[in-house]
Amino acid sequence: MVDKKLKNNDKLIIANRSFDSRLLVGTGKYKDFKQTRAAIDASGSKIVTVAIRRINLGQNSDEPSLLEFLPSNEFTYLPNTAGCYSSDEAVRTLRLARELLDGHNLVKLEVLGDPETLYPNVVDTINAAKILIKDGFDVMVYTSDDPIIAKQLEDIGCCAIMPLASLIGSGMGILNPWNLEIIIDKSNVPVIVDAGVGTASDASIAMELGCDGVLMNTAIALAKNPVLMASAMKKAIESGREAFIAGRMDKKLYTASPSSPVKGLIK
Amino acid sequence: MKININGNSKEFKGDKITPKQLINLLKLEGKRFAIERNGEIIPKNHFNGIYINDGDKIEIIGAVGGG
Repeated sequence: MVDKKLKNNDKLIIANRSFDSRLLVGTGKYKDFKQTRAAIDASGSKIVTVAIRRINLGQNSDEPSLLEFLPSNEFTYLPNTAGCYSSDEAVRTLRLARELLDGHNLVKLEVLGDPETLYPNVVDTINAAKILIKDGFDVMVYTSDDPIIAKQLEDIGCCAIMPLASLIGSGMGILNPWNLEIIIDKSNVPVIVDAGVGTASDASIAMELGCDGVLMNTAIALAKNPVLMASAMKKAIESGREAFIAGRMDKKLYTASPSSPVKGLIK
Repeated sequence: MKININGNSKEFKGDKITPKQLINLLKLEGKRFAIERNGEIIPKNHFNGIYINDGDKIEIIGAVGGG
């Protein structure tokens, strides 16, 4: 059983907001809104990312919207800048998002550099972050796993650093745990792995490294059974977190150590 | 007059229209959206106070699924 004290005190704090779950999920690529909602419920996530796009005019104007399936009294929205390739586009998108969401200022900034790899353009990311923070936004920032850039983003005031584990939507898992560990060691704000997680063990590894949370979309949405995978991710995040706090044993490369007493053997 | 809305040109009667009137015509009442005119956000409390004119470029956005 989880130590109750640990569970109660171990909330994820981002920009003075407190969250019970360390799993953040996207809302894209699901079959429909019903499946989106079922998967997010199974994940236990309280923070959901949304994209900002032109609305559909004319046909199907009576269709329910994503936000009706994920009401704001149950979830914290994290509007993103997916698809933006310059700081200007990203800033414009998030200002519209703030107007859309009645002044909500917690956002996910991502400025992409290449349509094939979706690798972040860190120069434009830094520029956009500076403008947004000055404009009153709380910026959670998607970035590369470069520890120097991560530190710069923290220094200019980002409220969470979100390095990739591998490329967006690739499902390749944690490809450079050492860089993530350096970023975690040097950061004074939450570090959340964003992108690349493929299955539950990837999420556990991220949490065992000491990440404060994991943000994922494709690993759940494109699983054969998204709702079951969402449940698996919830457990993986929790078990990884507990293992990190518990503190793993030291590795002994060449020395075995029996778990049973060596005294009192029957002869 | 012609207004460009979300990349498409649309014809409207008259030579100006308030954002509120445009929202009614587009049947967007009660929906969650934000509007930009020529790159500037129109705050919700200005929907009656300004006019959209011939040739203006309007963006109407909402939230969709994304990661």
